[in-house]
Amino acid sequence: MTDDVRILTTALDPAALTAELVNDRAHSQGALVTFVGMVRDLTNNPVTAMQLEHYPGMTEKSLTAIIGRARVRWPLGQVLIAHRVGLLHPGEPIVFVGVTGSHRREAFAACEFLMDYLKTEAPFWKKEFTPEGERWVEAKQSDDEAAKRWRAARQQQQ
Amino acid sequence: MIEVLFFARLRETLDLARLALELAEPTTVGALKAQLAARGPSWHALFAGRQVLAAVNQELADDATPIRPGDEVAFFPPATGG
Repeated sequence: MTDDVRILTTALDPAALTAELVNDRAHSQGALVTFVGMVRDLTNNPVTAMQLEHYPGMTEKSLTAIIGRARVRWPLGQVLIAHRVGLLHPGEPIVFVGVTGSHRREAFAACEFLMDYLKTEAPFWKKEFTPEGERWVEAKQSDDEAAKRWRAARQQQQ
Repeated sequence: MIEVLFFARLRETLDLARLALELAEPTTVGALKAQLAARGPSWHALFAGRQVLAAVNQELADDATPIRPGDEVAFFPPATGG
């Protein structure tokens, strides 16, 4: 059962990462859930590129800590989180979260939990480039609320 | 000495990624913020404006978190990854 956290400066390949988890026979599990986040590619989207900055060192520690918290809640097999940094373009994958478990329920729940906390706690920052200029993306309150939801659910269980 | 790091909007506004500061005695994140805000108008505006988060030795911190010589302190906006 291993935690695998990768910060990538070159293209993130979701199929290759998924294959790593599928082919990991030593830790074979009944369920594998993956999530891939991508730079939005919409016809009316003025964003031409995105710069992803992070805090080397803290990023890895923070993601590993989030995985630790997921493992306290659910019995999980492998957890693999990969996140891009540097320059990205619409349609490119930014983040991959893969979770294996004995059953689908814990794998689905843990994957969502990991993404909700990654978005609010892992030190990554996005800057968007548009024809009008560049701008730092503002944090969304809905992301904070998504992470808080898990704390509330935990308190109800106890 | 402590090392103070700035990321994203803060780094760009200050045009500064890291700063080494003499630390005569232990302090706190809140006291360090006040000390930095007194360095000039752009510093003051940064800490008085939108939400600024802090980390001490790469762990999220609040105003009461102690800072000791040798620590790495960082200031940054709320995260927007994923």
